[in-house]
Amino acid sequence: MTAFLEVVLRLAVWLLLAPILPGILNKVKAWVAGRRGPPVLQLYYDLARLWEKGVVLSTLASPGFVAGPAVGWVALASAALLIPLGPAGGPLSFKGDVLLMVYLLAAARFCTAWSALEAGSSFEGMGAAREVSYAVLSEVALITALLALCVQSGSVTLSAMLAPPVGAGAALLAAGLFAVLLAENCRVPFDDPNTHLELTMIHEAMALDHSGPPLAVILHGASMKLLLFVVLLSEAVLPIRQLPLLPGAAALAGSVLGVTAGVGLVESLLARFAFRRVPLLLTTAFLLCLFALLLAWKGGAG
Amino acid sequence: MSAYVNLLIGLAMGLNLLALGSSRMPSVIRIVAAQGVALGLVPFLMEERFGWLVALVAAGTVAVKGLVIPNLLHRAMRATKIDREIEPSIGFVASMLLGAGGTMAAVDGARLLPLLGEHAGTMLVPGALASIFTGFILLIGRVTAISQVCGYLILDNGIYLFGLLLIHSTPLLVESGILLDLTVAVFVIGIIMDRIQRAFDSLDTRKLTVLRE
Repeated sequence: MTAFLEVVLRLAVWLLLAPILPGILNKVKAWVAGRRGPPVLQLYYDLARLWEKGVVLSTLASPGFVAGPAVGWVALASAALLIPLGPAGGPLSFKGDVLLMVYLLAAARFCTAWSALEAGSSFEGMGAAREVSYAVLSEVALITALLALCVQSGSVTLSAMLAPPVGAGAALLAAGLFAVLLAENCRVPFDDPNTHLELTMIHEAMALDHSGPPLAVILHGASMKLLLFVVLLSEAVLPIRQLPLLPGAAALAGSVLGVTAGVGLVESLLARFAFRRVPLLLTTAFLLCLFALLLAWKGGAG
Repeated sequence: MSAYVNLLIGLAMGLNLLALGSSRMPSVIRIVAAQGVALGLVPFLMEERFGWLVALVAAGTVAVKGLVIPNLLHRAMRATKIDREIEPSIGFVASMLLGAGGTMAAVDGARLLPLLGEHAGTMLVPGALASIFTGFILLIGRVTAISQVCGYLILDNGIYLFGLLLIHSTPLLVESGILLDLTVAVFVIGIIMDRIQRAFDSLDTRKLTVLRE
């Protein structure tokens, strides 16, 4: 019973805290630009507003148009539940859960792309094609990073794997995972979340024809994915999990805030890259993770 | 001691890959300069005791590779008014992957070499092999003369790393002679590039197959 309660409690934490990250991000961007910016809780208001609206359905759309966001959201929430939260560990931890997490993330991406294609509009198809072709490269980098953690700790369980390496390996892994975070969440050098030009959007282009509750679910899922990657990056690089409970939770919150502020700074200071330069950046991320893997595998000499 | 040396050489190996991946001329020149500075500091850290010979070699290398040569290259770039975008004949992603493969092969292959005990633990030989390989890729895979000069400089950095294995056996004169040669070479190349630009209206080395008066 207590185990069940713990899972529910954690799910509530993930669901309730996730929408605050985009708010913090936008606050950082506004602060750098010298504006006041939207309130930190803006996404909560947006979600509430969207939830009360009706849904406009295209005559072309099959049930997948609504089912896609829902299934993707459930997949993201399940993936989030697998991630251990600081010193408290993971509630559903089992051997090989890292593989399940990777597949759940892939399933969420598939569902988003699927429902985008269901809309029957060429813009959505274009966005889905871009999302999937970037994913080909960023998933390689993510899997290499997870492999480096596996080799380094000799385990395939997330709660045992996230015991970070020290020195050069951690620095390589941090840089690689940060680039993956930016690519997976469609952040600035890869995609501009503020753009209003359909021809250059990626993630937003896939959600153009969604409205009402499905759009709310997509937005909430995206914020949960951002939180998931930020927590993964923090725990893969900083030794948060060895700390006792309260300082560990504080350290996790601090590093989540720090990484989010870092993403905001990147968005303020960088322009998005031209499409043809994105593969180069993702290959760099892959190579960073690959060298971290080699360092973990061959020890100090490699 | 050897940990810091390995860190610097690892940094130089990372800069190798960055040089392969960057698409603008000024940034490649900056990367080559940074690599020269990083490798110039290596002799300082390799020594147990402070020695004037080593200090002079290190200071000279940092000054020449970090300041003089980049300045010469920037000046040559301004004088010839060439395009800042690099045009590769081997694409950036492909050359980066090639460079990464070469780096890994260098790290693995250096274990097979019969090295002295004092050199076996350091990354000197892998770093040297990786830099030489990167220099070759830049020489083959870029079409303008100025980016080939950068490839030549990275190649020279690799040879310099090899030379560090023998720092106590070679006289100071040899080291300073090499540095001087390098400076003069870059200086002369800067002048030649200006001439090429005037004669052929381009620095594309593929067009340099016809003789002109």
